[in-house]
Amino acid sequence: MTARELLAGGLRIEAHKQRSTKAPIRAASLTERYVIPLDQHSGLPAVPLVKPSDRVRMWQPIAQPAPGISAWLHSPVSGEVIAIEPRPAPHRLGAPTLSIVIANDGRDRRFENAAAIVSFEQISPNEACEHIARGGIVGLGGAAFPTANKLESSLCENGPQLLLNGAECEPYISCDEVLMRERAEDIVFGARALLHALCSPNCTIAIEDDVPEAQAALRQAVDKAADPRIRIKVVPAIYPAGGERQLIATVFDAEVPHDGLPADIGVVCQNVGTAAAIARWIRDGQPLVSRIVTVTGDGVSEAGNWETRIGTPFSSLIADCGGYTERMSRLIMGGSMMGTSLAHDDLPVVKATNCIIAASALDLQPRGLEMPCIRCGNCSQVCPAFLLPQQLHWYLQPFDSDQLARHGLLDCIECGCCDYVCPSQIPLAERFREAKPLLARELDAHLSADAARARFVARNERLARLEAEHRAKLAQKRRPKNEPTS
Amino acid sequence: MITALVTIIILAALAGVATVATAGAPKEISLADRIDALLPQTQCRRCTFAGCRPYAEAIAQGAADINQCPPGGERTAKALARLMGVPPKPVGKEFGVVPDSPAVAFIEEDACIGCTKCIQACPVDAIVGASRHMHTVIAADCTGCELCIPPCPVDCIVMRPAPAVVR
Repeated sequence: MTARELLAGGLRIEAHKQRSTKAPIRAASLTERYVIPLDQHSGLPAVPLVKPSDRVRMWQPIAQPAPGISAWLHSPVSGEVIAIEPRPAPHRLGAPTLSIVIANDGRDRRFENAAAIVSFEQISPNEACEHIARGGIVGLGGAAFPTANKLESSLCENGPQLLLNGAECEPYISCDEVLMRERAEDIVFGARALLHALCSPNCTIAIEDDVPEAQAALRQAVDKAADPRIRIKVVPAIYPAGGERQLIATVFDAEVPHDGLPADIGVVCQNVGTAAAIARWIRDGQPLVSRIVTVTGDGVSEAGNWETRIGTPFSSLIADCGGYTERMSRLIMGGSMMGTSLAHDDLPVVKATNCIIAASALDLQPRGLEMPCIRCGNCSQVCPAFLLPQQLHWYLQPFDSDQLARHGLLDCIECGCCDYVCPSQIPLAERFREAKPLLARELDAHLSADAARARFVARNERLARLEAEHRAKLAQKRRPKNEPTS
Repeated sequence: MITALVTIIILAALAGVATVATAGAPKEISLADRIDALLPQTQCRRCTFAGCRPYAEAIAQGAADINQCPPGGERTAKALARLMGVPPKPVGKEFGVVPDSPAVAFIEEDACIGCTKCIQACPVDAIVGASRHMHTVIAADCTGCELCIPPCPVDCIVMRPAPAVVR
């Protein structure tokens, strides 16, 4: 199978990125309060190391990872912890989640973390992983998976190939593009650190063909580093080319098993933003306390990319952009294809916040009335995961878990291509997003039922065997006694 | 004409061979097996039988109804009705209440005297411990059958919500 065949499906859609990429990255204004949700990364929530009324310094660790998959959290400012309480969080669609609230004293007094490592090649790969974990680094592509956990699970004999994902395929989001334009050297530094931590033989930086400035900047930085292990690969700007599995298919001509991980075929994929965050932590000693956030859409006066400290309220970022226009209609975190609608802007920026869209009716036309599926098959032609969305939709009502599992519902990447082309305006991806956890739970229940059955059977067999042995022993005991009399 | 006939005969013969070859060594799946696969394997005996398998066999023989499994709830009752080709009906109240969410047993370890009675009662070997030593429930293996609760002489076993599965 060739790369082009593997990147089947997908859409060429209007990118809507010009508005936010005109100006360079600017620093977002500081605010009085920062809200740091403890569960903002994938895995388990972090455990607080501070308590209310503690003084904290900028970059000080304020929560440590729970055992298993979890990440460190650091204070973005110096000041005082005023509460640890549930606060609305964007990654929970506005539902409250336990958060550390810090009042900013405006002095930015720094906490002295472990000394910055000038030459990371001096430390062992294991120490490098550990060091990356201590920086609170998580994947900045959107899923916020703790990077150190990903690196540890990807270690293999000859070292996996490293893939840096700069294919920012989703419309409206431009934080990676401006990062590559302005901070290409950070990305290359981070790439070399990752190569070392993974004992990896080579690194491919994937970038889309519609961002020439970013390509030029990246090329310059790679040439300057003169590291033969690092190469740049230009991929076609097709949505969702930047999906992890889709990008690996395009770049390496290999398919990740549907029930496996990229590590299974010797690849580990990281976002370019993650690499830059690693560079800042290793080189400058700055943990992941800020990220670039794209604020765009027709609903704000001036779109742009902002270097934003984690915990900054969305409302403050909107104010930096000159506030809402009268055309503002919907607030979205993420891109226009996979983003989630939010009810209000009193929510903190988290590590996974790559983009805030203040959308007007021009940006996002309201969806029309849903009509019955006419089985045209357009959805299966655009599905980048090789699924049959029309069949999945069929088996959702009534919920047929066997058929849904057989048709690969759990392999749906929720990219929304099927929605986009559906002539009947069926919100397919949304339905699949809701159904996936239900199906996963049901399959889990099946597995545990099988395990319970096996233990029940084993126990009954054991009890029967013990009973038989006991009877045999009793019979043997009786025989010698009875023999003389008989 | 003759060629056509011969071809058809040969093809038919081949098809017959193929059918026999694929059908070779059939693995019999009995009705009881198929019913058992739909049951939640809680082994709680609320259906009045000695476990899920005996209940499945009873249904297969027509000795039990399809609505006797409270842990399976409406879903299981519906699935059984579909399999047996009978109209669906709600779980009978006499067999117990359908639980809202899964629960597992938990031993309050300070109170446990180490009598091993719960270990003997557990149908799926989900309790570990030794005589006069503290016992504990392996939450991941507990089916929530509640059979360990009545034998406990010090009432130190309570039901708690099942831990969430981290994927």
